[in-house]
Amino acid sequence: MRDYIIRRLLMLIPILIGVSIAIFVIMQLIPGDVVSGILGIEETPELRAMWEAKLGLDKPLVEQYFSWIGKAVTGDFGESFRTGEPVFPEIMKRFKISAELALLACVIAWIIALPLGILSSLKRNSVIDRIVRVVALLGVSVPNFASATLLILFFSKAFNYYSPVKYVGLFENFGTNMEIMILPAFILGSVMAGSVMRMTRSSMLEVLRQDYIKAVRAKGAPERVTIFRHAFKNSSIPIVTLIGMQIGGLMGGTVVIEQIFSIPGLGQYTLTGISQRDFPVVQGCVLFIAFVYVIVNLLVDILYTYIDPRISYS
Amino acid sequence: MFKKGKSTKNRALPGNESLLRQLWNDPMGRAGMIGVGIVILLAVFAPWIAQYDVAKMHAKDKLTGPSAAYWFGTDNFGRDVFSRIVYGARVSLVVGIVAVGIAAGFGYLFGMIAGFFEGKVESIIMMVMDVIFAFPSILLALFIVSALGPSIVNTMIAIGIVNIPVFCRTVRASVKTVKSTDYIANARSIGLKKMTILFKHVTPNVMAPFTVQATLALSGAILTEASMSFLGLGIQPPNPSWGSMLSDARKYMERAPWLVIFPALFIIMTILSFNILGDALRDVLDPKLKL
Repeated sequence: MRDYIIRRLLMLIPILIGVSIAIFVIMQLIPGDVVSGILGIEETPELRAMWEAKLGLDKPLVEQYFSWIGKAVTGDFGESFRTGEPVFPEIMKRFKISAELALLACVIAWIIALPLGILSSLKRNSVIDRIVRVVALLGVSVPNFASATLLILFFSKAFNYYSPVKYVGLFENFGTNMEIMILPAFILGSVMAGSVMRMTRSSMLEVLRQDYIKAVRAKGAPERVTIFRHAFKNSSIPIVTLIGMQIGGLMGGTVVIEQIFSIPGLGQYTLTGISQRDFPVVQGCVLFIAFVYVIVNLLVDILYTYIDPRISYS
Repeated sequence: MFKKGKSTKNRALPGNESLLRQLWNDPMGRAGMIGVGIVILLAVFAPWIAQYDVAKMHAKDKLTGPSAAYWFGTDNFGRDVFSRIVYGARVSLVVGIVAVGIAAGFGYLFGMIAGFFEGKVESIIMMVMDVIFAFPSILLALFIVSALGPSIVNTMIAIGIVNIPVFCRTVRASVKTVKSTDYIANARSIGLKKMTILFKHVTPNVMAPFTVQATLALSGAILTEASMSFLGLGIQPPNPSWGSMLSDARKYMERAPWLVIFPALFIIMTILSFNILGDALRDVLDPKLKL
């Protein structure tokens, strides 16, 4: 197991190198150059030379890449062009907010999706099954920005309710924080719940028709034990895979939701960086999010061995 | 011996016609086909269906509610919402189709090469795909567009690139399965060229998962475009996009809820229809997955 984890961590290195090269190459595609973007109409040859030297743009591309990535691995993502503040501490500060939102969304999604998915598989082709399938299909088909806008409209019209505008941290005031986070988390969670519900249903149906489930039932095991200990546990590999992919994807989903609800998370920081053409911010955020995404997928792979001991990584 | 029954007649139909009929016979497939059909009709016949020019501002009729003159009301510039939604269907569909075309074309090519030739070529291709997969898709699309500059063409390119790995993996997996079958071994043994085997014998057998993937990717591409436009980084004014319409409407939604409701309903209906059609198509093409 330890060897497997070490091997997987080593396999991450080429992926992360590839990711960093991709980010660096995409940044080179930017029309015009960064210095013109910073200086605007104040540009003079002297100022340009000074900024090029400051940003290391006067060096060859390969050297620029190694200089950037060399600093990035030590947590130095450079300074924001707009604020002059270092990017990495800001990313870490905002990541905590996005992680809270993502975690809350996951919990909501699991609470909705797993029981309903199991129920749907047990009551196959019944009215309940059909309702669950329609709800799941709506979950995967309604874009989060559309449901967010419609729900904000609904709450304001029906209850004259508006969620607090100013963000309050989880440890500053738990109640207000939950009031801010619960609606965005529900919207993110409902999208996630749709696919988890579908996967739980189909995976459970696949397992429920296996012979060993018939054997467990024939032995007279209680239905609860049959479903949860034998069927659900064995059907959870594809569900965990999907959930793992979704947790990583949530970091992308938060970009839209944080913007709508004015939550100062990593997604909003990335988007502000993009709209202000603040390249160190964009570069740093994209690299960090891709890193989190890859690590989450690795953790999911490791989790498989705990769910299904038949999977060995020798 | 055989009676001239319905099933025999169906089997005699050419592949595509039979597939369409099978989809139509399935209630979900039929719902999906109708939904997708409406969106296609709106997109194709937009100039005839739309009541007004999308950019025409009716200064006296700003933010008026739905009426006989303006079926879905007007926006803050006095533009007709219905006409903008109709043309928005065209934008969504064109961006979706071109983006999926880019993704499917490159994904097919790389998947074929990786699956058929294996070895170092496969490792390099799959490594590149893993790198693209290492980014959340919306984030990568936004990042590419931020570098290239927001425009309709760059939106298509960005969404296309993001979707390449899904097609590449689907085709590679199918090619690997098909490659190990007896008829490919026979084709090799009679001395057929690799390219002939690849395009004449392997391609038709990877088309089923490829088609399902394309339908599902289309809804994903439309969704990504709408999300990007919502964030102001997709389709740029004066082109109408459902995503940007919804985003612009948020400032006025208290006064003019129709500005939010209609674009949202059309986005939802379109994505839902493509997803239903994709599911039905998968059930028809791969009944093993129908549970």
